[in-house]
Amino acid sequence: MKCARFSYHRAVDVADAVTALAEADGEGKLLAGGQSLVPVMALRMAAPEVIVDVNRIPGLDHLEVHDGVLRAGALVRHAALAGQTLHPLAAAAARWIGHAAIRSRGTLAGSLAHADPSAELPAVLRACDGAVHVAGPGGSRRVDAAALFTGALQSDVGEDEMITAVELPCPDAWGFAEFARRHGDFAVVSVAAARFGSELRIVVGGVAGTPHLVPAGDLDGPLDDARVASLADAAADDVDPPSDLHGSAGHRRALTREMTRRALASVAATPAREPV
Amino acid sequence: MRITLTVNGEQHRLTVEPRRTLADALREDLGLTGTHLGCEHGVCGACTVLVDGEPVRACLMFAVQAEGCAVATVEGLAEPDGTLHPLQEAFSVCHGLQCGACTPGMLMTAAHLLAVEPDPDRERIRAEMAGNICRCTGYVGIVDAVASAAAALAQDERP
Ligand SMILES: Cc1cc2nc3c(=O)[nH]c(=O)nc-3n(C[C@H](O)[C@H](O)[C@H](O)COP(=O)(O)OP(=O)(O)OC[C@H]3O[C@@H](n4cnc5c(N)ncnc54)[C@H](O)[C@@H]3O)c2cc1C
Ligand code: FES
Ligand code: FES
Repeated sequence: MKCARFSYHRAVDVADAVTALAEADGEGKLLAGGQSLVPVMALRMAAPEVIVDVNRIPGLDHLEVHDGVLRAGALVRHAALAGQTLHPLAAAAARWIGHAAIRSRGTLAGSLAHADPSAELPAVLRACDGAVHVAGPGGSRRVDAAALFTGALQSDVGEDEMITAVELPCPDAWGFAEFARRHGDFAVVSVAAARFGSELRIVVGGVAGTPHLVPAGDLDGPLDDARVASLADAAADDVDPPSDLHGSAGHRRALTREMTRRALASVAATPAREPV
Repeated sequence: MRITLTVNGEQHRLTVEPRRTLADALREDLGLTGTHLGCEHGVCGACTVLVDGEPVRACLMFAVQAEGCAVATVEGLAEPDGTLHPLQEAFSVCHGLQCGACTPGMLMTAAHLLAVEPDPDRERIRAEMAGNICRCTGYVGIVDAVASAAAALAQDERP
């Protein structure tokens, strides 16, 4: 239960972190909140030779809205995301992550890079059709949510790359619902729903290797109870969840229906935003 | 690596291997064995301490990351003359502990909770303490203790 030996590099800026990763030649790992990486190292399921600590890089904890898009630095902690009011959907989702001692360390970019199929923030990124900025030896690039998650615990971030910032468009109306076996546990099923104008986006977490976008189409009429119920049924039909010790496929399908219903009920109840 | 950190107000200089967790540095290098270890991978909460006022799993932070930080552990809760902190008093009175393995983490988690939310109801206490596992008490005594400490602290605050 003790980590294997590694050498430690405290990065001073993004370029320094990326260089250190390149020099480690595939044997390096970025350390952000450590809430996923350190358990894996303690269990010796990973034994990186070089740890590049990004926690002291200045200027990566900003949170601001420009043109209806929340721009967040890589080191925004779950606690900060949960406490802000600029993007209420991200705040609601972040409150479901683990416990206070996890949220005080865990970071937004770490959660997206780690890409746990049950994690809340990847589902939110997908529901808002957001993107991440990734810095690497060859410069920086932008990766859309649709391309970022490539499989369970796999993201399109190279071993010599670092997510530096996250873009989360602010929806006009939103909802988030989750079922977990115990407060703070990983979700069995979670649903993030976001409405942008007449476009409704429903994303289910915990039912596949990556956040699952349910084709919901355009909202032509009102989002009344009947419409919510039919969309919830459609979501339950659309997913093909696995069975494991946390829940059978049937249980997850039933949860998808109910969590979608709850998330959409919040979308319907979101007050119209003040025109700015 | 050489590091400097403050624990319960006292500054320490240490030389540690990078893989030394903060929990092991506290226990093995500083002899502060009040911080307990259960799972050593983040799930049980026994090792919870405060770093710069925020609750942290000391098994998921490397000691080198605490360079320049102020760490608060269970040893710092009681007064120097041994007078128990209201939380410790309440855990004792309400049977909030049996074997004590989980207790340091429970106390530090509760200390943070009451610092940011002085008057939580029982549901909030249950939710916030859910990250700390206890194999003995069945939790009712722990919830009682945190509620009773909150009341005692509110009483102390009164002019
Ligand atoms: C008890 C417990 C309960 C938890 N419950 C939940 C939960 O309910 N929901 C949930 O979503 N999560 C949960 N987590 C995990 C937590 O959210 C982590 O914070 C998150 O998954 C990873 O973020 P991190 O900053 O801790 O990353 P780290 O653990 O530091 O890193 C994780 C991975 O991402 C890479 N990485 C980190 N930062 C970057 C970056 N900027 N660019 C590129 N790669 C990067 C690392 O190299 C590593 O491979 C829990 C953890 C614990 C210990
Ligand atoms: S020992 Fe750190 S959480 Fe269990
Ligand atoms: S008192 Fe024994 S584990 Fe909690």
